[in-house]
Amino acid sequence: MTDGARFRRLRPLAELTRVRMLEFIREPEAVFWVFVFPVLLAVALGIAFRARPVSSLDVAVAAEPAAAQRVEGLLRGAHGLRVHVMTAADADHALRSGRVDVVVEATDMTGDLRQGVTYRYDPTRAEGRAAQLAVDAALEKALGRTDVLEAHEEWVSRHGSRYIDFLIPGLVGLNLMGSGLWGLGFAVVSARTRKLLKRFAVTPMYRSHYLLSFMLSRLLFMVLEVAAIVGFGWAAFGVRVNGSFAALGVVSLAGAMTFAGIGLLVAARPKTIEGVSGWMNLVMLPMWLLSGSFFSYERFPQIVQPVIRALPLTALNDALRMIMNAGSPLAATWSQLAVMAAWGIVSFALALRIFRWT
Amino acid sequence: MIERSNLAVSCRGLVKRYGKLVAVAGIDLEVRRGECFGLLGPNGAGKTTTLEVLEGLLAADEGMVEVLGTEWGGDDRALRERLGVQLQETQLSDKLTVRETIRLFRSFYVRGRRVDEVIRLVELDAKAAARVGKLSGGQRQRLALACALVCNPELLFLDEPTTGLDPQARLSVWRILERYRETGGTVLLTTHYMEEAARLCDRVAIIDHGHIIALGSPVELVASLGAEQVVEVQARGEVTPETLAGLPGVSGVTAVDGSLRLNVREIGTLLPALLSELERRHAPLEKLTTHEATLEDLFVHLTGRELRDD
Repeated sequence: MTDGARFRRLRPLAELTRVRMLEFIREPEAVFWVFVFPVLLAVALGIAFRARPVSSLDVAVAAEPAAAQRVEGLLRGAHGLRVHVMTAADADHALRSGRVDVVVEATDMTGDLRQGVTYRYDPTRAEGRAAQLAVDAALEKALGRTDVLEAHEEWVSRHGSRYIDFLIPGLVGLNLMGSGLWGLGFAVVSARTRKLLKRFAVTPMYRSHYLLSFMLSRLLFMVLEVAAIVGFGWAAFGVRVNGSFAALGVVSLAGAMTFAGIGLLVAARPKTIEGVSGWMNLVMLPMWLLSGSFFSYERFPQIVQPVIRALPLTALNDALRMIMNAGSPLAATWSQLAVMAAWGIVSFALALRIFRWT
Repeated sequence: MIERSNLAVSCRGLVKRYGKLVAVAGIDLEVRRGECFGLLGPNGAGKTTTLEVLEGLLAADEGMVEVLGTEWGGDDRALRERLGVQLQETQLSDKLTVRETIRLFRSFYVRGRRVDEVIRLVELDAKAAARVGKLSGGQRQRLALACALVCNPELLFLDEPTTGLDPQARLSVWRILERYRETGGTVLLTTHYMEEAARLCDRVAIIDHGHIIALGSPVELVASLGAEQVVEVQARGEVTPETLAGLPGVSGVTAVDGSLRLNVREIGTLLPALLSELERRHAPLEKLTTHEATLEDLFVHLTGRELRDD
C-alpha cells in the first residue's frame, strides 16, 4: 500500500472525528454538563466537606437553669468545645439536624451534679462520639479527676488526605463515565432515529471507522475534561497530583476508552432516546452508588467487595487515587488497567457486532 | 430482451415480507444505463421497500437482484463506490454547515467530485457556510442530493426526492437531476407525483400493493388508457357506469368516490350525447369537469383509487 492510499483510508476516520467534535462544541448544553457541572460539583462538595478543625464540636446543654449554668461553667475553658444552652426540645431538634454533636442532660434540679448526667448522641457519627468523649473528659477533669498520663499531641493535616483530595479523582472518574456514556449514547441513537446511520450504511464508509471516530473524539475531549477538573482542584483547593502526569494521562485514557466502548455497546441497538436513557441509567446507577466516587466503597459488606472491584468505574477511581493521592507509579495500577481494558475491549467488539444501522 | 451489460439494475421475482405483510409481491424490473426510471405508486405500495432492497439495505426474501452487473453480498464496498443514494427521511446534522456535510460524505469515497463543484451543482453556493439547521426544506433536499452526487455515481437512487417541497423547490431539484442525466448518469426514483414521473422519467412502472400493474414510457402509458380526455361526472339519480359506457367516444368508465370518470376519445361527440342521456334518465347534473388524460387517470382506471391520498 502506498502512503497516499494509506492516507486515503484514514481520511474518513479523520473526517468523522472532526465532525463529531464540531457537533459537540456547537452544543452549548453538552459543554456545560461535561465541563462546568463537575467543577460546580467540586465547589459544592469541597465546601460542604471542607476539613473542619476539631474546635468546632458543638455541645447542647439541656437542663434546669441552675444545672445548666453549672455544666456550662465546668465546660468553659475546655479545649475545642462550643457550648449552647437550650431547652430539651430544641436540643433534640439540633441533634437530629446535626447542628450539635452531643446533648448533655442533667436531671438534677440543683447545681451539684450528684445524680449524674446523660449524654445523647448518634454513635454512628464520628463527631458525636468525639464530642461525647471530649465533654465527658472535660467534666471529669473539672470535677477533680487527675490525669496520670502525660500526653503530647501532634497534629497532622497533610495535603493528600483531606476529603477534597479523595473527591477530585472520584469526580474525574465519574465525569469520564458520564460523558462517555451520555455523549456517545445520545449521539449514536439520535443519528439512528434521524436515519443518518442508514444513510451512512449505503456509502462505502467502513463501519468500524464510524465507531472508532467516537473513541477518538472521546480521547481528545478526555484531555480537556481531566485538565478542567484536576486544574480546578489544584487552583481552588490545592489538590496535588502526587504521581506523574503521564501516569494520570494513561489512566484517564484507559478510563475514557473503556466508557466509550461501554457507551457504544449501550447505544448499539436502541431506536429511541428514551430507550437508550433507560439503559444508560441501568448501567451507571450501580457505579454511582458502589464505585466510591463520593465515599469509600470499603464500607460496603466484605462479600460484595469483589463485585465492586470488578466494576470499571471502581477500577478507574482506584487507579486515579493511586496516582493522584498516593503518588504510585503507573505499574502499580496494572490490575485496575486490566479490568478497564477487559470491559472496554469486550464492549467495543460486541458493539461492532450487534450494531443496528437501519 | 435487453442485453445484460446495458442494464444498470435488474431484478426478477423480487419478494419482501415483513412478518405476514407482503410489501413486495414478485417484481421484475430492468433499468437501462442512462435511463431515468420511475416507480410510481401511492404510499405503502412497496416503492421504498423495493428501492431499499436494490440499495442493499434490505435482503430480499425471494428473487434475484443485480445492480451494475453485481449482486449484493460480494464486494459491496466497491459497488457502493459507484452508487449515489438519497433516502426518504434522512435528517443530516443541524450543527454542521453545508460544506462540512458534503466534505464528510466526500471522504467516504475514493473517487468523486470536488466539494465546491458539488455545491455549485446543487445551487447552494450562497449557503455553503450556513448550518444545515438554518436551511429551508428545498435547500435541505438539494444538500441530500449533493451528498448523493459527491461520488459522481453511475447510478442514482432517489426515494421521493421532491415530496413536501413547494413547486419552485421541486423545479430546482428537477433541474439538478436533468443536469446529472446529461452526463450519462442513470436514475431510479420513486414518486407519488405523476407530473414528476411524466417530466423526468423515460419509463415508469406503476406499483400497487407490491405488484407492477403497468410499465412503459409516460406517453405510452397514457395512450394505453385509450383516451385523450377524462370527463368526470356527478349526477343525482340512477346513473351507473354501465349506462354511460355505451355512449359514443367513451373507452372506459371508472367509479371513484361517488362520481364517474369517463375516458373519452372524442369529447365533441360525447358531450351532447352525455347531456341528453342524463336528461332522459331524469338525473340532473351536479358536476362536470374535463381534463387531458394523465398517468393519474391511468392509475385510477387500473385500481379504482386515487394515486394521492393527500
